[in-house]
Parts: sequence; structure tokens; C-alpha cells
Amino acid sequence: MPSLGADMEAGTLVEWLVKPGDRVKRGDIVAVVETQKGAIEIEIFEAGQIERILVALDTKVPVGMPLARIRTDEEVKGGAAAVAAPPPPIVPAPAVREVPRPAAPATLARPTIVTAPSARRVRASPAARRLAQTLGVDLGATGGSGRGGAIVRADVERNLAGVAAAAEKRRSVGLDLDAMRAAIAAAMARSKREIPHYYLTHQVDVGTCEDWLARTNAQRTPDKRLLLGALTLKAVALTARRFPAVNGFYRDGQYEPASAVHAGVAIAIRGGGLAAPAIHDADQLALDDLMARMRDLVQRMRAGRIRSSEIADATITVSSLGERGVEALYGVIYPPQVAIVGIGKVVERPWVIDGAIGPRPVVTVTLAADHRVSDGHAGALFLTEIGKLLQEPEKL
Amino acid sequence: MTETDIRAVLQEELGNIAPEVDLQKVDPSADLREALDIDSMDFLNFVTAIHHRLGVDIPELDYPKLVTIDGAVCYLETRLGPTKS
Repeated sequence: MPSLGADMEAGTLVEWLVKPGDRVKRGDIVAVVETQKGAIEIEIFEAGQIERILVALDTKVPVGMPLARIRTDEEVKGGAAAVAAPPPPIVPAPAVREVPRPAAPATLARPTIVTAPSARRVRASPAARRLAQTLGVDLGATGGSGRGGAIVRADVERNLAGVAAAAEKRRSVGLDLDAMRAAIAAAMARSKREIPHYYLTHQVDVGTCEDWLARTNAQRTPDKRLLLGALTLKAVALTARRFPAVNGFYRDGQYEPASAVHAGVAIAIRGGGLAAPAIHDADQLALDDLMARMRDLVQRMRAGRIRSSEIADATITVSSLGERGVEALYGVIYPPQVAIVGIGKVVERPWVIDGAIGPRPVVTVTLAADHRVSDGHAGALFLTEIGKLLQEPEKL
Repeated sequence: MTETDIRAVLQEELGNIAPEVDLQKVDPSADLREALDIDSMDFLNFVTAIHHRLGVDIPELDYPKLVTIDGAVCYLETRLGPTKS
């Protein structure tokens, strides 16, 4: 069960999309899990063959517990010589099916934890040990890829990636808005408790963008049209790549800049609720592709269908109020991220150009950033750069 | 295509965009963006769906004519030409 957010402790497995014997590849969707954030599609990180399903439907499972066992391609190739490379261990997962459902409040049976036999000395990094202990994994049977065969954190994580593949299947799962509210409350309270936010605001003339969009869209059928939101998202993503201090994670007292820009797009859910699934490598996508991804995300979000990797790994968040919003928004950073960019609605304002006043469409772009990682000066340069990029939409 | 047909298509496509809204209760002269709480992305999806369903390519300049259900019916009737009966 992957962690789909700092506040997640468990998830309920509601659908398997693979069965033993199925072949899977990295990125395949193998199961659907219900969490406080709604139904989330679980993707697999390894290629191989599903060997065994470990968790029955409708079972509530704590984060870190294996859901299925996968035989990786390497293991399959190893075949009979498997003695040298023992299969990765699994945490025994007694089927903790919650029966009977209606009456008693379901309690979660803790899985038995396997601990490494104390007699055997295993070479492992402290991070790997900590993770293995938290997750109840037997380090002794984990293959090490570190120096001298030492087990590193990645080995433990790889071991846990047990899950599998399949065709995407439509399924309507109602979002639990109360649970989502509780998740937002937990994340935002933590943010305001731990993150020293600072705020900056910058007004940007988007007249050039609007003219360019009108010209471009006039040539296109509705399915190919672009929105200002795609231009602003691309501008933020491109700028974030050049300002590592706003794009990354602050964890365990340390800042880790991210190597890619995964832009979390805040999407309001009617009836109250909010999610910010990520568009991966938003800075690398062509504008048309970025727009297509945004449309897809909004539609899947409305249908209650997001993927695990989209929920877990945004490196920076962008929140746009849209035409029914107000001029400016001061965001609350989603931990462990370190910045959130707010895009207000477009308003007509008197603007001075070459000494003359005229009406221009203006957008207020704001930044809320983590003062443990960056300062106002860097934040100001970041916002200024976004404004500059929006003066040349054809280059985005 | 009759006015009733057009209205049915609009209801269906709006239902896809805002599934949680009871469209029967929406005033056909109300601004859809407010009545359904839809944003520019939803509206673009609505226009795209109409294009696919009815073959009417609605230019951006005509968007203001589609912000109410009555307005959209009227606009589409004109664009689709006289009703064959």
C-alpha cells in the first residue's frame, strides 16, 4: 500500500485489475484503492509477472503493507538458479477482511511483522534499516545494490513495489467529501504549524496572451483550443525548473530540490473539496500536450478517478481561481512541497503603457513559499520571470 | 433536429460535466457558469461535446450566446438551419 500523502495511514482495496499470471510493466494500473482523497488508481513500478495477490477486496490495509507479490523479469530469467537470488520476502498479510460489515465498527488487524533473525548480520544503510523496520520487512532476504552488496533504501522500496497491471476500467466511485475535508484539514494544519510562509504578489498584463489565444483558437476546433490556464501553468513550470528553491520537498529537516517539475494542479470539487494531482514533467510538455493533460485531469477528477503517482509526487502546486474567482489568492503550501503559485482571475484594469493609460487584462500572480528554503528576493525573481514569459506566449 | 432534441442533447452533455447537479431544477435562463458552478475548462468541454454531437463548431466569439440553456438552444437552432418536418 503506497503512501499517497503525508497524512495517509491506510487505504481500502476496492478493485483488482490484475490476477496471478498476468504480465505487467512499469506504469500499469493494477488496483484501485479508496482513501480519504477518493478512489486512487495504483500503478506498478516494476515489470514482471503477478505471482500472488496478497490482499482481498474490501480489505483495509496500512501504508507499507504489500498488496501482491510480483516476480520481476530478472527473477523470471534467473529461473531455477533462484537459490542464489532468493525471492524478496513478503510481510505475511493475514487476510484482514472486515466481516461482518454492517454492525460492529471494523477494526484493522495488524499484520504480523517479520523481523530479521538477530543472529545474522546484514549490511544495510541506516535509511534502509529504518524503512525496513517501519514496514516490517526482512532485511536479510533483500538483495543489496549498494557498495559491497549493502542494502540501501531503494532496495527496500523496490521490494515493496509488489503490485501489478491491466487495462483501465471505468468505475464510478463517489468521492467521500467528509473524508477529503479531514485530509485537507490535516495537511493544511500541518503546513501552517510547520512552514514559515512568506507571500509575494505580482501583477501581469496578459493582453498579449489573450490576443495570441484568440488568434490561435480561431483556427482550431473546440477539442484543440487552448486556455489561459495552460499558458500560465507552462510559464510557472518553465520558471520552476530554473529556480530549484521553489521546486522540491522539505523532509526531515532537510530540503531536497526535485530533478523534475511535476506541477500539482489544484482542482476544486463541486460540493466542497480540493485535490491537486500532478502533471508530470509539465515544463517539458508542448503547450497542446499540457492542455490535453489538464483537460484529462479535470475530467477524471470529476469522475473520481486519479492515479496514485499523480497524487503523491507534485513538486510545486499551481492554483488558478478561474473566471469566477477573485483577483488574488494566497495559497497554503502542501507539505512536503515548498511553494504554491496562485493565479487570480483576469480583470480589466487601467494600465500605463508608454506614458498613456489604457485598459488591459491583468492577472495577479502570487507566491507563497517556505522561508526555510528561500527568501523574498529569490521569490520575487521567480515571479518576475513568470511575468516575462507570459509576454511571449508564442514561445511557451 | 427539433428544439426538444437540442434541449435533450444539451441536458445530457451538461449532465456529463456537472453530474452532481439536478438539471431539472436549473432555470433555463440562468447563467450556466453560476447555476452549475462550471469554469472555463468545463465550458470548453461542453462546447467540444456539442461539436462532436451536433457537428456545430462554435467559435470563441459566440461563447457568450451559450451561457444559458435557452440561449444555447436558440443559437444551435439557427446554426443547424430550419427544422425538417
